[in-house]
Amino acid sequence: MKKILSLALVLVMLLSFAACGSKSEPAAASKDVKLGFIFLHDENSTYDLNFMNGAKEACAALGLSEDQYLFRTNIPEGQECYDAACELADAGCNIIFADSFGHEDYLIQAAKEFPNVQFCHATGTKAHTEGLDNYHNAFAAIYEGRYLAGVAAGLKLNEMIEAGEFTAEEAKMGYVGAFTYAEVVSGYTSFYLGAKSVCPSVTMEVTFTGSWYDETAEKEGCETAGVPNVSYNGSTVAACPNTFIVSSRINWAPYYEYVVNCVRNGEAIAADWTGTIATGSVVLTDVNEQAAAAGTAEKIAEVKADIEAGKLHVFDVTTFTVSGDNVKPTLTVDAEGHVTSYLADVDTDPAYTGDTEVVENGFFNESAKRSAPYFDLSIDGITLLDVAF
Amino acid sequence: MAKQSGGRNVLHISKRGVLPWYRAWAIRGAAIVLALIVSAVVTTALTGLNPLGVYATMIQGAFGTERKMWILGQNMAILLCVSLAVTPAFKMRFWNVGGEGQILIGGLATAACMILLGDKIPNWLLIIVMVVASVLAGAIWGGIPAICKAKWNTNETLFTLMMNYVATQLVAFMVIVWEVPKGAGKIGIINQNTCAGWLPQIGSYKYLLNILIVAVLTLIMYFYLTRSKQGYEISVVGESERTARYVGIKVGKVIVRTMMISGGLCGLAGLLLVGGTDHTITTTIAGGRGFTAVMVAWLAKFNPLVMVFTSFLLVFLGRGASEITTIYGLNHSFGDILTGIILFFIIGSEFFISYRLSFLKNTKKGA
Repeated sequence: MKKILSLALVLVMLLSFAACGSKSEPAAASKDVKLGFIFLHDENSTYDLNFMNGAKEACAALGLSEDQYLFRTNIPEGQECYDAACELADAGCNIIFADSFGHEDYLIQAAKEFPNVQFCHATGTKAHTEGLDNYHNAFAAIYEGRYLAGVAAGLKLNEMIEAGEFTAEEAKMGYVGAFTYAEVVSGYTSFYLGAKSVCPSVTMEVTFTGSWYDETAEKEGCETAGVPNVSYNGSTVAACPNTFIVSSRINWAPYYEYVVNCVRNGEAIAADWTGTIATGSVVLTDVNEQAAAAGTAEKIAEVKADIEAGKLHVFDVTTFTVSGDNVKPTLTVDAEGHVTSYLADVDTDPAYTGDTEVVENGFFNESAKRSAPYFDLSIDGITLLDVAF
Repeated sequence: MAKQSGGRNVLHISKRGVLPWYRAWAIRGAAIVLALIVSAVVTTALTGLNPLGVYATMIQGAFGTERKMWILGQNMAILLCVSLAVTPAFKMRFWNVGGEGQILIGGLATAACMILLGDKIPNWLLIIVMVVASVLAGAIWGGIPAICKAKWNTNETLFTLMMNYVATQLVAFMVIVWEVPKGAGKIGIINQNTCAGWLPQIGSYKYLLNILIVAVLTLIMYFYLTRSKQGYEISVVGESERTARYVGIKVGKVIVRTMMISGGLCGLAGLLLVGGTDHTITTTIAGGRGFTAVMVAWLAKFNPLVMVFTSFLLVFLGRGASEITTIYGLNHSFGDILTGIILFFIIGSEFFISYRLSFLKNTKKGA
């Protein structure tokens, strides 16, 4: 019985973000800006829905009327994205947003042709190297949210260990990711570190679906009956009311509002903008008391305050080790395996060159050199399955 | 053929002779008018919008600006290219539903040349290599099921369909080999700074080259099918393999040759997409054109010149649907519903052009 339960937690990383949000500060309606939004899919994709809701929330908060923003849905990551961006610019949009990683290069093409239009791309990596005044990247420090979700998972593990369901050494989590991309690695590692911070003996296995959008493969993970889960999608509470603990997501509205305010005030938009818990960009759903361990909400609030105050760093190098083949040429570790220096591939190139020192003041400084995550280390305690992707 | 139904009215369907062109077009025109009326009712019922406004927006979406017209032309060119490609096979009654895979494999060959040879050989040579590689890759992809059909009489519909999946997986695999940055599962624009292997742009017109290439191809295909000996052989094999054998046509050879042409032209479409516009390769770059092309070709009754209009119709509907999605904030599926209604009527009208329907009072003998 103990052995059977050694797989204690399944985290389903549905590549989807849930809806909602509450911030609003009605501004005076003015006709100074027109926004164009490019979405990879439509509202049936929770990933895109999260952006759409953020966009609508921001437009309402900024007092924009319906004719001041246009949505283009189902735009593939190809020439169609360039065409759509140019068409939006032709239609009078002076700020254009795109939501999918593969849109980036096409948006850059359009940005070169329309120097007076601002192009803002979520999840991209090239703004800081392209040197265009009107092309910008944005992301959120979602690793902080995932760390908090990890804390909740760790507490649940502790509760299960205390109940005698399995021993501390047998505590093991599962995680479903998309690709072995830094954004995903950063996500599952921060989640693991969160759990490890309260349950030091925990280990984790990660499997990859090889797709950014494959609902079937993702759900296969979720349906493992009776196993507590922590997800990247608030909506799973309805699907798994007895096992869902908490979820994190990015709220894009603060970024949209930031950009519009920059344009209105004639200020430059940052090449890279990273939303945080403090900006309201990283959001945690309410803890599902039915599944969570006692005291989870209080503990999350405590850790969250520490992160916001800068007292706690998610990728504190003293909390994890790297060993064996995982020590890449651009990585140096001390005798215990703690990272002392790492050149990460921050400037995107086909050779994946490690180019920027990212270990500073005793922690891996994620999302500081550019907004998109670049933590791609394989740390001890996490086992990767199906790494073909 | 009279359908008896007791002593009541009889629905009588009979094959028509060839209708004069103006009557055929009158029927088609009536079908379009009916389609627009039904679409209008559906639009008002489902969305409460003014259907005339919706139609105007669709036209706006296709022709509203100079850029939109170029995009329309580009989309038409690629769809027409694929339609021309599948036509010889269909005329031969060889059901090539593998256009999608043949486009992908041509595109993959193009991308491979751009990535591997981009900084090694002069650009003019690179482009020649790309053209040869893409057409050859498509021809091989189309040729494999044809050889199996000719030798062992395998089912070409299943075979070409399966080849689509093989091509998709090959592309997915190579994308991971070439991905930038590591782990992203995307290649991004290839040679964005050097433009190596990008097909030349004519003046400031990004899509003009593709449009011209396909325009020339349309004429060539028209003459190939209607005026050449090979085109005639294709027709004969399509009408009856036995007749073809009887008159001394080597059926197997015609099948393989025609499918290599068909696949090669799909490969060319892959080249135009990867080398001409998108400059990347993804598993979705063909965008279902391999299947849409079947409809384009069939609606045009395999006449390359008529395909210009049928491909226009489909691209127009697609672009229009996209525009109403944006302007009215509707789901993309609504545009697809309208497209479906309109196509239903247009395809249906062909039935009424070929057959006569009449209701008769049943007398002693069915008329």
